[in-house]
Amino acid sequence: MSTDVNIAYGITAVVLVSAATLAIGTWGLRFSRTTSDFFVASRSVRPGLNAGAISGEYLSGASFLGVAGLVLAFGGEMLWYPVGWTAGYLVLLVLVAAPLRRSGAYTLPDFAEARLDSRAVRTASSILVVAIGWLYLMPQFQAAGVALRSSTGMAPWAGGLVVAVVVLANVLAGGMRSITFVQVFQYWLKLTALLVPLVFLVIVWLSDGGSSPAAADVVVDGVTGRDWADPISGDHPLYSTYLLMIATFLGTMGLPHVAVRYYTNPDGRAARKTTLVVLGLLGAFYVLPPVYGALGRLYAPDLVGGGSTDSVVLELPQRMVGGVGGDLLTALLVGGAFAAFLATSSGLTVAVAGVVSQDVTSRRFEGVTAFRIAAVIAVTVPLSLALLARDVSVATVVGLAFAMAAATFGPLLVLGIWWRGLTAAGAVAGLVVGGLLTGFAVIDNLVTDRSEGWYAALMAQPAAWAVPLSVATTVLVSLGTRPPRAAHVSRVMVRLHTPENVDLDRS
Amino acid sequence: MTDQRPTGPPQRVRVTSPYADRTRTRPRPSAASEIDAHTEVGEIYVRALLRTQLRQALGTLLLLAGTIGLLPLAFHAFPVLTEKHVVGMPLSWVLLAFGCYPVLVLLAWRYVRASERNEAEFVHVVERS
Repeated sequence: MSTDVNIAYGITAVVLVSAATLAIGTWGLRFSRTTSDFFVASRSVRPGLNAGAISGEYLSGASFLGVAGLVLAFGGEMLWYPVGWTAGYLVLLVLVAAPLRRSGAYTLPDFAEARLDSRAVRTASSILVVAIGWLYLMPQFQAAGVALRSSTGMAPWAGGLVVAVVVLANVLAGGMRSITFVQVFQYWLKLTALLVPLVFLVIVWLSDGGSSPAAADVVVDGVTGRDWADPISGDHPLYSTYLLMIATFLGTMGLPHVAVRYYTNPDGRAARKTTLVVLGLLGAFYVLPPVYGALGRLYAPDLVGGGSTDSVVLELPQRMVGGVGGDLLTALLVGGAFAAFLATSSGLTVAVAGVVSQDVTSRRFEGVTAFRIAAVIAVTVPLSLALLARDVSVATVVGLAFAMAAATFGPLLVLGIWWRGLTAAGAVAGLVVGGLLTGFAVIDNLVTDRSEGWYAALMAQPAAWAVPLSVATTVLVSLGTRPPRAAHVSRVMVRLHTPENVDLDRS
Repeated sequence: MTDQRPTGPPQRVRVTSPYADRTRTRPRPSAASEIDAHTEVGEIYVRALLRTQLRQALGTLLLLAGTIGLLPLAFHAFPVLTEKHVVGMPLSWVLLAFGCYPVLVLLAWRYVRASERNEAEFVHVVERS
């Protein structure tokens, strides 16, 4: 476990990553002058850069530490998580990427208002962006506390606070533009931090004889290797796998920090290219964590019984390599994990702050000041929740945020982009139904601890039933209410779907 | 209107109105202005683009369902996929952990190419007129 020496390395890694983040953020600051820079980097970010930023922001602690931990603890069925989180971008690409960019809106509420010409839809969307953003931010701060405690010896509350302070410093200084460069840096840091140690670990594994973690005689916590590796094992193999797929495939496009990055593309074509590159970058990253999980079964089986599988990524170098080399590799991983918490928290903070500043603080303050005040609010509330609330699994809460996004903004975006018949009343009804149903599941999950039966499976994956109900509500209410003005809908459809290089009226 | 394509016998005779020259020199409304004015013709252009793009999107989603979406069923129906080991792990595990991502990138690449082609065709039609 932790010794004084590797605690020193761990603290050094955290300080270095924080310093690099602030330095790159300050460098980006030179380009960031106007309000538009703060929100969307003035829409001039090239696809390669933007894809790096999207991937850097998307790969949170749940991906960097959580996936390996889940694979170690529960085996092959957990591999569906990273696959689903990546496939969500394919769904986003084909259904919303280019039209979302072409809508020309800053935030999801902007999109809703532009498409439906209604303040009510805007208000409902704003509330949901803040709700989903905070639901996603809270476990980031909590997990940062847990991870930094095990690697640097900080008090559990301190880790979350450190992440919050660095994020806030960066967002306050530079807004979205400096965040772009920071997140590109953090993607490559995360990839390197996971890849380099893994090369050494695999060499050690091979020189130890390369025995299979899935061999029948490798029994950990009473589970044989075969049962562990099976991708559809467990109590409810098939349907729970498909429930998980629905939630992850549909949730990605409705996440506020993902959507907000689409407005920084120069045009719709660039938005598609960006998404294609994102799929490649995510794929390159997600092949790595499962290998940590599998090696953990051979070299760190005691973590399974102890319930601390999330730390398997940080533990393996010391157990397999040892010495100064192991300490250095651990420090690299600590830096990567810290970058993961920073990147996701920054993106979410910008997304939530964008909405709060447009809808609340801009009434009292102007432009950049309103954004800065909103950023402070956006960080303070979930940080307080994280410090007050009991420990919840980061992957569980992130999964619930996905479900809420899938049941609210998913239908709004897809129907808004492809269906002329969507009305403001239908959209509000869908947002309310989806938000309430998934909100109920969130509370149920946070308050009680179920693991058996159909009810538990349904509550664990609320997207599977909340999405169809939300879509049905939206469609039925839309059909039952007065259709929108045809001229407005036609104008919006032209703007969403026609390529920018045709000279058309896009007002 | 007139049709000048040779369509075989009997020999066609070109019939023109004395006003033909005048109508022809008057600029026809361009597709872009039809779209801007939301005339029926303009709507047809936009709806056609929307339909092709939606078909492309749904086709890609069907391919996703038919590849990665079928994996759970395949693992359920053919336990041999989990019995057989490659590089020290069951084949099903390897497929899921490493094999899905290239498929996703390939589907995305195919979609990006097709949707850009659809848009290029739309631009061509609108600007030719």
